[in-house]
Amino acid sequence: MTTTHSMAKPASFVVTNAVFIGRSIRLSLRNTEALIMAIMLPILLMLLFTYVFGGALDPTGNYVDYVVPGIILLCAGFGSSQTAVDVAQDMTSGIIDRFRTMPIRSLSVVTGHVVASLVRNLIATGVVIGVALLVGFRPSAGVVEWLGAVGTITLFILTFTWLFAAIGLVAGSPSAAAGYGFVLLFLPYLSNAFVSTDTMPKWLQGVANHQPITPVIETIRGLLTGTPVHDRAWWAIGWCLLILLVSLVWSLWSFRRKAGRR
Amino acid sequence: MSNFAIEVKGLRKSFGSQIVLDGIDLAVPAGTVFALLGPNGAGKTTLIHILSTLTAPDQGSVRVAGYDVVTEKNEVKRSISLTGQFAAVDEMLTAEENLRMICRLSGLTSAESGARTAELLKQFGLSSAMGKRVKTYSGGMRRRLDLAISLAASRPVLFLDEPTTGLDTISRRSLWDIILQLKEQGITIFLTTQYLEEADQLADTISVIADGHVVATGTAEELKSRVGGEVIELRNEKEEVIRMISTNGSIHDVRQTLNELAHTVPQEARVSIRKPSMDDVFLALTTKNLEGTRS
Repeated sequence: MTTTHSMAKPASFVVTNAVFIGRSIRLSLRNTEALIMAIMLPILLMLLFTYVFGGALDPTGNYVDYVVPGIILLCAGFGSSQTAVDVAQDMTSGIIDRFRTMPIRSLSVVTGHVVASLVRNLIATGVVIGVALLVGFRPSAGVVEWLGAVGTITLFILTFTWLFAAIGLVAGSPSAAAGYGFVLLFLPYLSNAFVSTDTMPKWLQGVANHQPITPVIETIRGLLTGTPVHDRAWWAIGWCLLILLVSLVWSLWSFRRKAGRR
Repeated sequence: MSNFAIEVKGLRKSFGSQIVLDGIDLAVPAGTVFALLGPNGAGKTTLIHILSTLTAPDQGSVRVAGYDVVTEKNEVKRSISLTGQFAAVDEMLTAEENLRMICRLSGLTSAESGARTAELLKQFGLSSAMGKRVKTYSGGMRRRLDLAISLAASRPVLFLDEPTTGLDTISRRSLWDIILQLKEQGITIFLTTQYLEEADQLADTISVIADGHVVATGTAEELKSRVGGEVIELRNEKEEVIRMISTNGSIHDVRQTLNELAHTVPQEARVSIRKPSMDDVFLALTTKNLEGTRS
């Protein structure tokens, strides 16, 4: 063996992650359709719920204060579902084999998509809040409450992004990943995001009051508009951390299991 | 490190009840080109996946660049580069971005990555298209980029899984030239192919694999001579080959063969005798079309 073939020092953990995060953000920016959708959806939903449904749901005209947290989560859920497609795309193309045969932690390819999703969805959240303020949203939150609300939203996005990453890892193809992810996007409707759960049939109230989205909505709503939070914040954090943990373990497990198979 | 870049002994692998590799032994000397020839489903890709640490073997010892693929995975990964069957390039990135990304992941600094990227783009004739997204590239350009990416870090062992499948003749020849240049640089190249001509042109050693077994190993010339001196070919009136039988070419052998055939083959069939090609070798070794060698 000749000396020109050096046993190069492999890329560090930090460099590896930085490269994959950069890659995923670049891919997000180039996926024009998804990018336009991610920005248009919050605007359209905000306008739709305020001007079309708002009057019927709350004749006092304060519906916008009620609905903002719901729209934020709806958009975040939609935005993070793209992660399932991105991850499935990588896992079913030849590129994953190249990453796996390099002396790097190849799971970082998934981490890159997760971070890009976090960035995309925080921007979408900013758009929702901006439009909300324009159409009459008047939050009562101070700096601490705002930090708390943004923290909760960030945790929610991270949780759902990892959940969608796991779905992307087990799905056989990008379109299958999109299909499985779609089901989850209905969760916010079955909560008190848009209407109070009191108006639902009894059996549905049980589901709506005890599903993870409801405490998250109540926490954000409480922090932003001063409605009572009580112990809902703990429920919100607890649910998110539980789902996050399950999703991480599921992702890790399916990433290893899929080694060398396509 | 031993003189062999790749050493495989008694390798077995099955997926469920399906046995894919059933006792493979191989040894590839460092700095040579080795071709694994076999029909679809013979286990070529599985073998490459095991050699490149993607799949774990069930049994046997597999060493690449002197390291064990199971217990010294990381050392193996630092010694190899894989160009898989499906071009492992990022469609939404440009050629330059693809190369830079892999250079960085291979441990080069930002400045080194830039220099190496420019060098490879030039070497592979991609400089003019470097700023275009890969999804606009032709199959040949994609393959060239794929190979360039595999060389981002100089690894001593290169795996190429069907590198020219689906390429036109010109792209194929230009890829062959590149592979031969890499050999000059002392890189050990392990390639799989379905094309006999490709193995014939590139490889120092060829192994033929069928049904999970290595059925023959040798240079192209050795394999051709194994089939026997010559081939008797029988064609029907439509010029279709109906039988091929190997022969040593002697009057005795040819007469005996034709006598045996007289009862089973239509009398209008036309007879010709020719030197064996790699196709004959392949058919002889991987199917039962050719009656056993007599030499």
